[in-house]
Amino acid sequence: MVLAIVLVLLVVGSIVFHFMSPWYFTPIASNWGTIDDTVTITFWVTGIVFVAVNLFMAYCVMRYRHGKASRAHYEPENKKLEGALVLLTTVGIAAMLTPGLFAWAKFIAVPKDAAVVEVVARQWYFNYRFPGEDGVLGTVDARYVSDENPFGVNPDDPKGQDDILVSSPQLHLPVGKPVKVELRSIDVLHDFTVPQFRSKMNMVPGLVTYFWLTPTRIGTFDAFCEQLCGIAHFAMRGKVIVEDERAFQAWLRSYPTFAQSRAQAPGDAAAGKPLYAVCTACHGLQAEGNPALHAPKLSGQGDWYLRRQLKNFKNGARGKDVKDVFGQMMAPLAATLVDDAAIANVVAYIKTLADIPSPATVNGNAKNGQYPYVTCAACHGANGRGVQAMNAPRLKDMSDWYLVTQLKDFKNGIRGAHPADMYGPQMAAMAAILVDDRETNDVVAYIDTLR
Amino acid sequence: MSSVAFDESPHVPPAEVPEVELYHPKTFIGRYIWSQDAKVIAVQYAITAISVGVVALVLSGLMRLQLGFPHTFSFITPANYLQFVTMHGMIMVIYLLTALFLGGFGNYLIPLMVGARDMVFPYVNMVSYWVYLFAVLLLMASFFVPGGPTGAGWTLYPPQAILGGTPGANWGIILMLVSLAFFIIGFTMGGLNYVVTVLQARTRGMTMMRLPLTVWGILMATILALLAFPALFVSAIMMILDQALGTSFFMPALVSKGQHLAYNGGSPILFQHLFWFFGHPEVYIVALPAFGIVSDLISVNARRNIFGYRMMVWAILAIGGLSFMVWAHHMYVSGMNPYFGFFFATTTLVIAIPTALKVYNWVLTLWRGDIHLTVPMLFAIGFVFTFINGGLTGLFLGNVPVDIPLSGTMFVVAHFHMVMAVSPILVVFGAIYHWYPKVTGRMLNDTLGKFHFWVTFLGTYAIYYPMHYLGFLGVPRRYFAMGNTVFIPPSAQSLNVAITIAALIVGAIQVVFLYNLIWSYFKGKPSGPNPWRATTLEWQTPHTPPKHGNFGPTLPVVYRWAYDYSVPGAAEDFIPQDQPPGRKAPGLEEAPDASELGPQKPGALVT
Amino acid sequence: MTTSLLVLAAIMAVVVWWLLRPTLNVKPWVEQRPIKNVDAEGTLPLPPVKVGLGVFLAVATSLFALLISAYHMRMMAADWTHLALPRVLWLNTGVLILSGVAMQWTRAAAQREQIDSVRIGLIAAGVFTVSFLAGQLWAWQQLNAAGYFVKTDPATAFFYLLTALHGLHLLGGMYVWGRTTARVLRGVEVGKVRLSVELCTVYWHYLLLVWLVLFAVLLHTHS
Repeated sequence: MVLAIVLVLLVVGSIVFHFMSPWYFTPIASNWGTIDDTVTITFWVTGIVFVAVNLFMAYCVMRYRHGKASRAHYEPENKKLEGALVLLTTVGIAAMLTPGLFAWAKFIAVPKDAAVVEVVARQWYFNYRFPGEDGVLGTVDARYVSDENPFGVNPDDPKGQDDILVSSPQLHLPVGKPVKVELRSIDVLHDFTVPQFRSKMNMVPGLVTYFWLTPTRIGTFDAFCEQLCGIAHFAMRGKVIVEDERAFQAWLRSYPTFAQSRAQAPGDAAAGKPLYAVCTACHGLQAEGNPALHAPKLSGQGDWYLRRQLKNFKNGARGKDVKDVFGQMMAPLAATLVDDAAIANVVAYIKTLADIPSPATVNGNAKNGQYPYVTCAACHGANGRGVQAMNAPRLKDMSDWYLVTQLKDFKNGIRGAHPADMYGPQMAAMAAILVDDRETNDVVAYIDTLR
Repeated sequence: MSSVAFDESPHVPPAEVPEVELYHPKTFIGRYIWSQDAKVIAVQYAITAISVGVVALVLSGLMRLQLGFPHTFSFITPANYLQFVTMHGMIMVIYLLTALFLGGFGNYLIPLMVGARDMVFPYVNMVSYWVYLFAVLLLMASFFVPGGPTGAGWTLYPPQAILGGTPGANWGIILMLVSLAFFIIGFTMGGLNYVVTVLQARTRGMTMMRLPLTVWGILMATILALLAFPALFVSAIMMILDQALGTSFFMPALVSKGQHLAYNGGSPILFQHLFWFFGHPEVYIVALPAFGIVSDLISVNARRNIFGYRMMVWAILAIGGLSFMVWAHHMYVSGMNPYFGFFFATTTLVIAIPTALKVYNWVLTLWRGDIHLTVPMLFAIGFVFTFINGGLTGLFLGNVPVDIPLSGTMFVVAHFHMVMAVSPILVVFGAIYHWYPKVTGRMLNDTLGKFHFWVTFLGTYAIYYPMHYLGFLGVPRRYFAMGNTVFIPPSAQSLNVAITIAALIVGAIQVVFLYNLIWSYFKGKPSGPNPWRATTLEWQTPHTPPKHGNFGPTLPVVYRWAYDYSVPGAAEDFIPQDQPPGRKAPGLEEAPDASELGPQKPGALVT
Repeated sequence: MTTSLLVLAAIMAVVVWWLLRPTLNVKPWVEQRPIKNVDAEGTLPLPPVKVGLGVFLAVATSLFALLISAYHMRMMAADWTHLALPRVLWLNTGVLILSGVAMQWTRAAAQREQIDSVRIGLIAAGVFTVSFLAGQLWAWQQLNAAGYFVKTDPATAFFYLLTALHGLHLLGGMYVWGRTTARVLRGVEVGKVRLSVELCTVYWHYLLLVWLVLFAVLLHTHS
């Protein structure tokens, strides 16, 4: 009796939950309404079966429960009944399968006029490549991949020279235009998912996979990796910004072509020397840093990282938050570097300075810090030297007090939360695993012990 | 005991296997450790599987703690989390469910239910268990090696499984793969036994169509496992070579952490094909024994024959045959040739038809029955409810375009836990409550059993039903923490907290079950030989628990199918399979005349 | 995957047909005396261990079929280079055929109860098999000497893998062969080893067949 009532309550509860639940598909932002329709059909068919079979079971449990004189009815089988049920099930299955197959046929047939964008995935971020004026993506190969050529574009392929390289996890797409999304991975399996688009596909190293869609709604959407790809899988995010054609073109023009990215002159250290004079006041003559002035050590840090941070300070991605007191001091100083060339020059000068290890100043239990550092090592390396390919700066022998403040800033959303800070959000997600200040100190103390 | 001639003709009907043929050990070690008795081996399998299952249960608790309360526990790092996910999945699917259903229930029930003295190759059967135990120990050892166990997910996809960005990419993954290889070798030894015993060692009169559905389910699952496990074996060996010797079976040219590796040209998709060629039949390897057992639990407790026995058998055969043709529905978004989608969506949805028929027949068995709501019956009905839910959500994921938005999300996690975690585990519980009296001679405590049922059944539904909706929302699976997103409302985290609390309660309550198992062994109510008044042969043994050799001096002769419940005109509401026709009351044990057996082959039975 | 699909479909078709056969036109709920003809109960007219071997061969078939389909799928990749097969494989194939012939001859002798011939036949089969395995090792040696290591290219890796797994299966057979031969040498009567000899013969023929298929696949795809 109780069981029958519980079964009925579970059925009713499940239905109520389905209709009342605030958790359901996000509003669709692509042309894949057919997928949503198939889901709706599937819900109706399966819902009816769920309700009918379970209520019948509840009825049986109540009606035919054991009583004093009760005896079961003997009936080995009933071919007619079973046949009818099979037939009915087949009809239900066909009702779900048929629209499904039609939707799939559409899903895999890319329209001829679709524009092409390539998503390049690696541990643990997305970058994008557009075909440029010729409308054709240049050939690529894993063996061309290097810090200078992160996309692995074939330098000898004329079709690749005008490819536009978007070295950022943010992708812009024009609204209302069909786009074929080609997917490529440089290391392991990944996936590119925007829940609102309802479409996704895995990236497989060695293959180019694809899906297509027409964005139908202007807005900013989260992109995820949904194929387990290692320790930082959960922090592998991107953003897709759907906007009108003009804004899209303006955005696209702000990125260099493959040829331009290779032609960029390396910084000139001699030209950078006078520019660095401003920096000496705080960071010191040898860029060794000064804890009293909250200026971290710069010498020995990856030049790519220094350039990125200077640009971040300059364009407001860093040093804007009111709680970031010292970042706010840095921002106007970074603004004195007039252009990318100036930034490159000053960084080139810093690269010439002697790399004197910073003394350990943080009080923590290095032994306890070894445990959480396993996570850090995934990107920054077991030796803490940093890995450019993973956008992970050097930690070892740098100002340890600065690491502590930055870890706290990342965790508290002071750093890495600005929409223009491309790689900050990932570190913010990672810094969150340090549950308290003590653990933060411990892990930095461990970094101090790295040799 | 009269002398028995051993016939030269290979046609020896099993009834003539003389009792003396079995080696009866005399020492404790011979009887309980190096035992060749399938019943002891079954208990060894069960204890090992349940122990390792408890480890996996604890791991799932840790995962839920992290998801419910992210950034609270410093000992759960992203690497640990993936290791928990991986080990939980692999242990539960292979080392618990497969081993328990086939090694545990298969070993205990097959010989007893078909009327055999033991498995046909008892020595091989014993070795099977020890190889399994070795595989389990290897797997557990991976918790203690540098880098810890592998965190590649239970699917172990390369390239990440053997690259540095994944925890346990050196020792952990090697131990996992070697352990799997040993598991498969051990299982093959056991599997040969189960199949041949069912085919060749059935007692006289036990035709295939008189077998209880439990045996049918275990038989078909074993056949599937024997044919599917080689795919995992092959891929494990190839991945070991890729990892240890630098071959490129699965490894394409790639740049890991800025380093060019020496791999070239391998295909990660090839691994996925091989893995799922095993992986999908694996679902049925777990499900079919559960289907079989639950059919018998329902029939016994509804005091009614299983409705449409023949259809049930044919459905098992159909599911078994089709299960090799659906594997790529796990790969709709893998990047394989998209045209495969049409074929695999169709086969996948077709397999739903025999499966649905089984559900209908379970419910139709209840219909016009005489339902005794015993603890095993509660679990059986709980299974049917859970399985209906899990089976129906399978229709979402099997239909290729619907799978696209849902794959990789919590919907998948909710679906497969409903269909191949909670459902089979409810059957395992029901089966343990059902057969414990035969194994120990004592009943399990009823009150504790009901408490265990209600918390487990309602708790698991509370865990997994709402989880589907997180999947619709787009919450990805295998995420250490959700982090900041634009579209996931904070209420989703409240739901995660609720799910975690439910999961911890359900996990903790299993202690009651373990307590019941131990307490009842010593203090339980004596059960007698046939407490459920069931017809199948295991309840008709002269001793409870059955002794080595199972049936005393003579094997039973079978006169009827396993489902003679509430037969019109019969005095009792059940007639045991070995009761000769023409008698109205069960219980009168009288050896049948030789003349009743009909003409014999010359020399077949000399009395 | 087409190869494995076809092979497994064939195995599954046999299994399903075999299991389905005794279920048709049966009304199991009708009570009956034990059936007079044991065949009709669905039991094979074979000793269990032979059925066991048959089931094991199905498992091994699944294993090798999957390996061959993996081989074919991997071949489609751009980096595939053909392997120069060592000539000695032809010799090995001949030796393995001889061992199969010897087994067959032994089986016939066992049926005729000629214990001396059984002894000679078993030893001959063993010598041929060991020669085959030594020949396979020699082939490995030759490849190694020519600079083809397991990691050199996928074709070589597959060659090592396929021959190793086939060789391991033969070694497993040699274990049973060793026990049987030891019993024959100890002077056990023919009747007691006849079954073992038959099992060995079936297994040897099976592994010969597997080798021929593997060799054909390797030949078909080599330069």
